Amino acid sequence: MFGLDKKDTTLLLIVFVLTMCAPFLLNPFPGNSAMAQFNAGYPDLMQRFVIYGIFAIGFNILFGLTGYLSFGHAAFLGVGSYSAVWMFKLLSMNVLPAVILSVIIAGLFALVIGFISLRRSGIYFSILTLAFAQMSFALAYSVLTPITNGETGLQLSLNDPRILGESVSASGGIPFPSLFGLDMRATHVMELGPWMFQFSAGYYFCAVLMLLAFYLAIRIFRSPFGLMLRAVKSNQQRMNYTGLNVRPYTLAAFVISGMYAGLAGGLLAAMDPLAGAERMQWTASGEVVLMTILGGAGTLIGPVLGAGFIKYFENIFSKINDTVLHQWFAFMPDGIEDLLVTVIHPFVGKGWHLTLGLMFMAVVIFLPGGLVQGGQKIGNLFRRKPAADHTTSAAKTPAE
Amino acid sequence: MGILEVKDVNKRFGGLQALGNVNLSVADNTVHAIIGPNGAGKSTLLNCLVGKLIPDTGSVMFAGQSVLGLKPYQINQMGISRVFQTPEIFGDLTVMENMMIPCLAKRDGPFRMHAIRSVFGEKKLRERAEEMLTEVKMLDKRDMHAASMSRGDKRRLEMAMCLVQEPRLLLLDEPTAGMARHDTNNTIDLLKDIKARGNITMCIIEHDMHVVFSLADRITVLAQGTPLVEDTPEKIKGHPKVREAYLGETA
Repeated sequence: MFGLDKKDTTLLLIVFVLTMCAPFLLNPFPGNSAMAQFNAGYPDLMQRFVIYGIFAIGFNILFGLTGYLSFGHAAFLGVGSYSAVWMFKLLSMNVLPAVILSVIIAGLFALVIGFISLRRSGIYFSILTLAFAQMSFALAYSVLTPITNGETGLQLSLNDPRILGESVSASGGIPFPSLFGLDMRATHVMELGPWMFQFSAGYYFCAVLMLLAFYLAIRIFRSPFGLMLRAVKSNQQRMNYTGLNVRPYTLAAFVISGMYAGLAGGLLAAMDPLAGAERMQWTASGEVVLMTILGGAGTLIGPVLGAGFIKYFENIFSKINDTVLHQWFAFMPDGIEDLLVTVIHPFVGKGWHLTLGLMFMAVVIFLPGGLVQGGQKIGNLFRRKPAADHTTSAAKTPAE
Repeated sequence: MGILEVKDVNKRFGGLQALGNVNLSVADNTVHAIIGPNGAGKSTLLNCLVGKLIPDTGSVMFAGQSVLGLKPYQINQMGISRVFQTPEIFGDLTVMENMMIPCLAKRDGPFRMHAIRSVFGEKKLRERAEEMLTEVKMLDKRDMHAASMSRGDKRRLEMAMCLVQEPRLLLLDEPTAGMARHDTNNTIDLLKDIKARGNITMCIIEHDMHVVFSLADRITVLAQGTPLVEDTPEKIKGHPKVREAYLGETA
């Protein structure tokens, strides 16, 4: 189906079902239970899952296939956000032209940065991209203030022209982003006993774009172009002596992944129309590297899993504070309760980075193939095909 | 006029004269061997032919066109393929994927963005690749990971990858180095088959005299960066200068 083989079609359908049913799947605990705070099924967070999923899918096209580790992809995310907000300011509040402009501008930006950075490979390439991203960040903060509004960040105002839309909404405020009149914040709430499921227009808009992005990534992975990108990672010398010019292949991969990042940036702005320079900071670039490696670089579904994982931790674990912990352990004797809270305290709330860091280390050490490899290992435990197992493990560890 | 004409090529590395006034003419549809002791400049000469090195002076003409200053991929697209001393293959990919890459390069040129169609849809190229794999007796290994194969298999795969492009000139840098006798003989047979099919010129650098004398039509002996003699294998065997400079040392 869709020009994919059976396995890829199944994967696409699974991702389709998961994203479409996310409001249910991410809300498994009834609203009045103590576990309710592990629910992630609210629009704001679900949007972030799919948007960062797009970001990571694109990053994986560059890093997973060609092995070029870009450390400056947040620059494209930021450029995408700024482009989208400018479109909201100047043209209209429709998200479609905003997102399209984000993709184009990020693509052009990636073309320039890639053209220069790809003159080198390995660590030098990483440093060059990092330098460009940090330069963009610093410029956005200082001299580019007329475009980026510096430290305050680019925001909408009542004085914006919006030539195809309206400067001021009917109610006298700043209008909200919409898709041909469908408000991105429109949310349909379905109450089922103690459960509350929220279906937001914005989430579904992002989810559809992520499915498209994911589908395109599968096609690229299985195409002759994708094969060439994997060849770049494997042996550039052989490529040169096989009559293939490596530079345009890597540049194309860089631009494509930059456009994915631009799309993600545009969507971030479409869901919440403001853009700040901190979106381009190097920590944001590092985050997408973490997502891709955590999920499994070079695999199709890995980056999406990694993105979901990190965003879940960032938003859910960081909200568990001491009061919540005390509630959880209230049934225990006071001394033990305090002890447990003291022990767990550094790992949750503001300390969620510690948990994430430990998990990341564990994954890198025990599962170099990321969460996807973990999934495969569990799958093998249940299937138990010794003969097949032998060939796959041989394929996973190249004799270098 | 041969298919490959090397004229007055000089190459210096600092104080070392790696190649000094090398003249070489390789006739079309022949096997030309280049032999010589270690450090004689054989590999340097080969690197000058494929664009890895640029000679300081002199000219290298392939099929009437100069290759000087061209990039390796451009020279390959002109019809020169190269087998390396240590097999250069795509270790992360399967044997079949390894074969598809030269097929695609031959059809699509140095760069083509076929990002949407599937590799599995390239029926003609797959058939061509499978044919070539059958020829080198590797069809049963088509789904194997290239890096996990033995050295002999890697070398055969590399040769198949070069041959599937149907090059006019095939450069072989010690194609049997580090091989067991049995594998060496297989390689000789394979190269003989390729030669018999015609329409290909081969240039071999080799230390194994058994290989050289069973394949070569002409032999050039290099010593200290300059050609000592160039003649038929029979004459080379009896040449006093060669015996002294090369065969004598290794015998």
